[in-house]
Amino acid sequence: MSLAGLDITAPFHFGTVTQWFDSWLNSVMPHFWALTIEFILAGVLLLASYAVFALVMIYMERKICGFFQCRLGPDRVGKWGIFQVFADMLKILLKELVTINRADKMLFRLSIFFVILASLCTFAAIPFDKGLQAVDFNMGVFYLLAVSSLGVIGILTAGWASDSKYTMIGAMRSGAQLISYELSAGLALLSIVILSGTMQLSEIVEQQADLWFIFKGHVPAVIAFFIYVIAGHAETNRGPFDLPEAESELTAGYHTEYSGIKFGLFYVAEYVNLFIIAAIASTMFLGGWQPFHIPGWDAFNGIMDYIPPALWFTGKTLACVFLALWVRWSFPRLRIDQLLGLEWKILMPLALINIVLMSLVVLW
Amino acid sequence: MILIFAILALVIIVSSVLAITSNRMMHVAMYLLFVLAGTAGLYFLLGYHFLGVVQLSVYAGGVLILFIFAILLTNTKGERSEVHGVKRIIPAVLASVLGIGVIAIAVIKHTFLYVDKTAAAAADTTEIDMKVIGNALMGTEKYQYLLPFEVLSVLLLACIIGGILIARKR
Repeated sequence: MSLAGLDITAPFHFGTVTQWFDSWLNSVMPHFWALTIEFILAGVLLLASYAVFALVMIYMERKICGFFQCRLGPDRVGKWGIFQVFADMLKILLKELVTINRADKMLFRLSIFFVILASLCTFAAIPFDKGLQAVDFNMGVFYLLAVSSLGVIGILTAGWASDSKYTMIGAMRSGAQLISYELSAGLALLSIVILSGTMQLSEIVEQQADLWFIFKGHVPAVIAFFIYVIAGHAETNRGPFDLPEAESELTAGYHTEYSGIKFGLFYVAEYVNLFIIAAIASTMFLGGWQPFHIPGWDAFNGIMDYIPPALWFTGKTLACVFLALWVRWSFPRLRIDQLLGLEWKILMPLALINIVLMSLVVLW
Repeated sequence: MILIFAILALVIIVSSVLAITSNRMMHVAMYLLFVLAGTAGLYFLLGYHFLGVVQLSVYAGGVLILFIFAILLTNTKGERSEVHGVKRIIPAVLASVLGIGVIAIAVIKHTFLYVDKTAAAAADTTEIDMKVIGNALMGTEKYQYLLPFEVLSVLLLACIIGGILIARKR
């Protein structure tokens, strides 16, 4: 019944495993300690998978970026350079933390945690597999939108507390960008909520067992998918929308003054946010952990069922991440007025019209 | 349960006191954020997930970001608000005592729905479905709130028009 509790309703394997674990813990120790252990375990597992996914994403970005630019990417440390990210992680952990004289010490330290916390809260709600989900609220989609919007506060305060004009401009741009693009991302997700009639993420995935929503929802679902992907790229400060850290004009944007692992945490949060956006896109539009099914093709569906759900989820999510990287390395950066114009004049009206369209599709 | 409540209550109390006593605008905004997030945590603890999420998205995600933006645009770095004299402290104390009195009377007079704990626990386990809330907001029958909802949207429209008017004036 609580935020991090393993409150799992799905009857399949992961739900049964956690329920068995819960009852076992409760049988050997008082309820209070069982609950405490569960909270800590859920937190540690989330943080560990958070770090692992960040490492995977960073390696993927460097390798794919290399291929797009006709070079090899990291290839010295280990086979295909897979240990390069671990080496870099160790290096960044050992670096000196520079303190800035006129910085606002409290906010300077606090802002990192806002960014990490917001993405961790969002990360917790993603259904990785049947029942493998830390937080499964009735209003899951709404929860996602609410907690992901908290990260902006961290970015704004980071830019303000560093006491530098580059970080300040970076933070203002980032704030304007994130607040605007949140709207169309939310509206795009709402059109899927209209189609499914529920906001619970596990239920939304469950409903895509026969056919994914992107195919089920006809044209509006496809439009919503594209709106969400574009807005998502903007929300992660990436792709052609990386104005907040436009290196040619702002050094590194809002995290210019951060060094060592403090910068590392911003960096990790950015990559995990990219993963989260891809994961939400695959959950809402591409069926989450559901295998690819076509109604009527029973033999084909049977073969598809042999691939484990967690693999389906990861595959789809990484495909969405690949899409993001492809976009990032193919398009030039937008200007700030073009960026805001794209959101308020094109994406938002389109998303609103799309909601009406989706309602019509659902009615008929 | 009680431990989590204690932690949340402590966070809310300490940061609300700090929000009043701190004289840096940005810090005040941050402490206010902690108060609002702690309140959202209380709603989650009570099982009112919808209210908790609304609290997070409207106050922490919306209103507070507006505050921070306003401070970023107007306040120069390190500026501290001036300390008020005794003349202004006395009416402030009076007003707050009056406010506490009104709330205390309301709480004491109010008869709570679940006085015994078993009934409260039984009511606690059911999470209110999103559809129920949606129907209540959009219905026209008794205990349904379409009219207030629409009136609020008119208020928001007035705010938007006012904002445009202020921004347009040269």
